[in-house]
Amino acid sequence: MTRAMTHSIKATAAPTKKTYVANYLALMVLLAATALASKANLGSLQTPAALTIAAAKTALVFLFFMQLWFQRGLIRVFAVAGFFWLAIIGILMFCDYLTRGWLLG
Amino acid sequence: MNRTTYPSPYADREHHAVANHLGMWTFLATEILFFGGVFACYAVYRYAYPAAFAVGSEHLEFWIGTLNTAVLLTSSLFMAFADLAVKANARDTLRWTLLITWLLGAVFLGLKAHEYYATWREHHVPGVNFHFEGADAPHVELFMFLYFAMTGLHALHMLFGLGAIAWLLWLNHRGKLGAEHDAPVAMVGLYWHFVDCIWIFLYPLLYLVR
Repeated sequence: MTRAMTHSIKATAAPTKKTYVANYLALMVLLAATALASKANLGSLQTPAALTIAAAKTALVFLFFMQLWFQRGLIRVFAVAGFFWLAIIGILMFCDYLTRGWLLG
Repeated sequence: MNRTTYPSPYADREHHAVANHLGMWTFLATEILFFGGVFACYAVYRYAYPAAFAVGSEHLEFWIGTLNTAVLLTSSLFMAFADLAVKANARDTLRWTLLITWLLGAVFLGLKAHEYYATWREHHVPGVNFHFEGADAPHVELFMFLYFAMTGLHALHMLFGLGAIAWLLWLNHRGKLGAEHDAPVAMVGLYWHFVDCIWIFLYPLLYLVR
C-alpha cells in the first residue's frame, strides 16, 4: 500500500469523553426544544419544526456518537448513500401521490 | 493437522478498521431503506388523513415517548463511553458502561411494554381489540396500526441490540476485548446508535402529531 493510500484511510482525530458529553447535552437540549415546540401553537410549522429538530439530532448522533466527523470521505459517502436512495423513494412516491388530484380534477 | 494460512487482505489495523466500518455502514444503509419503506407508508397515509392521525397521536402517552427518547440518548452516551473504554484497554470501565447501556435499553422496552398494555386496556389495538368512539375511527385505527408496526419493528431491533451487548459483556468477561480487539464494540456501537436515530424520528411522527 502506498503512503498516500494509508493516509487517505486514516482517521483525522479521535473523539474524547468531552466530545461525547457535549454531544449528549446538545441532544438533550434539542429533545427539550421538540417537546416544548409540540405544546406551543406553531400552526403549519409544527411538523416541519419537529422534523427539522429530529434531523439535527440524527446529524449529531451520526457525526459524533457514530464518529463520521472523524472518518475519512469514503465512509462518509457510504453513510450518506442510504439517505440518497431514500430520497429517491420519497421524491418519486410523492410525485405520484401529490399529483393524483390533477388528473381526477 | 496442518491449517492452511492465508495472507491477510489488510495492510494494517487501520485498513482493517476501515473495512469493518464500510461493511457496517453498508448494512446500515440497507436498514435506512428497510425502515424507509415503513416511513414512506406512514407519510402517504398521514398526508391523506392528517386529522385522524392527530387524534390517534393524542391518545398516546406524551411523557412515555419523551422519557423513552431521553433514556435512549443516555444509553447512546454510555455506548460511546464503552467505545472509549475498549480502546483504552479499561476492562472494568467497559463492563459497567456496557451494563448501563443494556439496563437503559431494558428500561426503554419496559416503558414500551407498559404503553402497549395501556393501549390494550383502552381498546386501541388495531385488528384484535379496537373500539373508538370518535370521528373517522377507521383511519385512527390505521394510525394505531402504523404505531404498532413502527414501534414493534424498532423494539425488535432493540432486542437484537440487547443480545449484542450481552455478547460483548460475555466477550469482555472472557478477556477477548481490548485496544487490539475493539471491532465488536465499535460495530455494535454503530448499530445501537443507528437504532437510536430511528426512535428520534418515531418520537415526533407518532407522539407529537398536531
